[in-house]
Amino acid sequence: MSAYRDKDPRIHGIQSKIRVVPNFPKPGIMFQDITTLLLDPKAFKDTVDLFVERYKGKNISVVAGIEARGFIFGPPIALEIGAKFVPLRKPKKLPGKVISEEYELEYGRDCLEMHVGAVEPGERALVVDDLIATGGTLCAAMNLLERVGAEVVECACVIELPDLKGRERLNGKPLYVLVESH
Amino acid sequence: MFAAENGLKGDPRLQAISNAIRVVPHFPKQGIMFQDITTLLLDHKAFKNTVDIFVDRYRDMDISVVAGVEARGFMFGPSIALAIGAKFVPLRKPKKLPGEVIAEAYELEYGTDCLEMHVGAVQPGERAIVIDDLVATGGTLSAAIRLLERVGAEVVECGCVIGLREVKGQRRLNGKPLYILVEPREIDGCY
Repeated sequence: MSAYRDKDPRIHGIQSKIRVVPNFPKPGIMFQDITTLLLDPKAFKDTVDLFVERYKGKNISVVAGIEARGFIFGPPIALEIGAKFVPLRKPKKLPGKVISEEYELEYGRDCLEMHVGAVEPGERALVVDDLIATGGTLCAAMNLLERVGAEVVECACVIELPDLKGRERLNGKPLYVLVESH
Repeated sequence: MFAAENGLKGDPRLQAISNAIRVVPHFPKQGIMFQDITTLLLDHKAFKNTVDIFVDRYRDMDISVVAGVEARGFMFGPSIALAIGAKFVPLRKPKKLPGEVIAEAYELEYGTDCLEMHVGAVQPGERAIVIDDLVATGGTLSAAIRLLERVGAEVVECGCVIGLREVKGQRRLNGKPLYILVEPREIDGCY
C-alpha cells in the first residue's frame, strides 16, 4: 500500500524534493537521493507525519531503522509514537553482544546486526528505511526481529522501486511507502 | 560547557539520561570504555528528554541548519531539526553522498579520515549547529565546523550528548561553543 496511491496532498511535495542522481554508485543506477528532502523542513516534517499518523495508537513499541538512512527517519517516528528506536547496523559497529543476519547482494553478501536484549519477545515492531529496492536488506531486518520473538507489523519506506519487486521478498509482510519511482 | 553548569544544574532529566547510557569495556579495542547510546534510544522518556533539552536550547536561536555526523549524529540531529524548523544536513564518510561534495580531512589516532557534505546543502550566512552523540578529541567535530564555514555558514554551537575527559573544562572547540549534556559513565555505574 502506498500513500502515493492514496493521493494524500502532501505526497506531491515530498516526491518533488527527492533528487535523482544518475549513475551512482555505478553506471546505470538512478540513485534516489533523499538528502534534498531533508533540506525542506516542511516536506521532511510531512514525511514523518505521514508515518506517525499511520502508526500512532497501534501499540507499536519498536521502530527498527536500517543503517544509515533509516537512522534519519526512524528516530523521529519512534519519538512521536512512543516507541523505542533500535538501530540495525553493518558488522562491528554495535559495541555489545549482537545477533547477525546475512543477506545477498548483487555480488557477494553483507550482514546486518542488532543488539541482544534490545527487543523483547512479543513486541510489535516496524522496520524503517529510506528506500526498498530488491528487499534484501529489509528481509534481513525482519528476520532479526522475528528471531528474537518480535512481531513485525509493517515495513515502512519513503520510496519504493516497484520494478525490482522488493515487495514480493517480504514473505507476505505488509509494506507501506510514500512514493514510487519507476 | 556542560548543561549542568549552564542552567540545568540538578535537572533530573540529566541523571536519567546518564543512567540510560551503557558502558562497554574494551570496544573497539583494549582500554577504551565505549559509551553506548543505543540503550538511551531504548528508553523513550530519556531519549525524548535528550532531544527536548537540545530543542529548548536552540529553538529561539534562529538556527536554519542542523548538521549531523554519520552515523550516530543521525539518531539525534533530525528530531532536533524537525522541532526547530531547520533543515537537516548529513555529514558523511567518503563516497556515501551521491551528489557533488566538499570534503574535509581530519586526524585519527593512526592515519586520517574524511567527512563530506553536499555542495548546495547550506547557503552562506546560514546559522548552523553540529550534532553528534559524543565528543572525544574533537577531531571529527572540528572537521564538521570547517566544512560548514567553508561554505560561509556561521557555526553557532556544537551539541553532543556525551563529552569525554579531554574536553572537560573546554568551553570551545575551534573557537566554537560546545554544549554537552553528560560526562562519560564509569564502569562501576553501568547496568
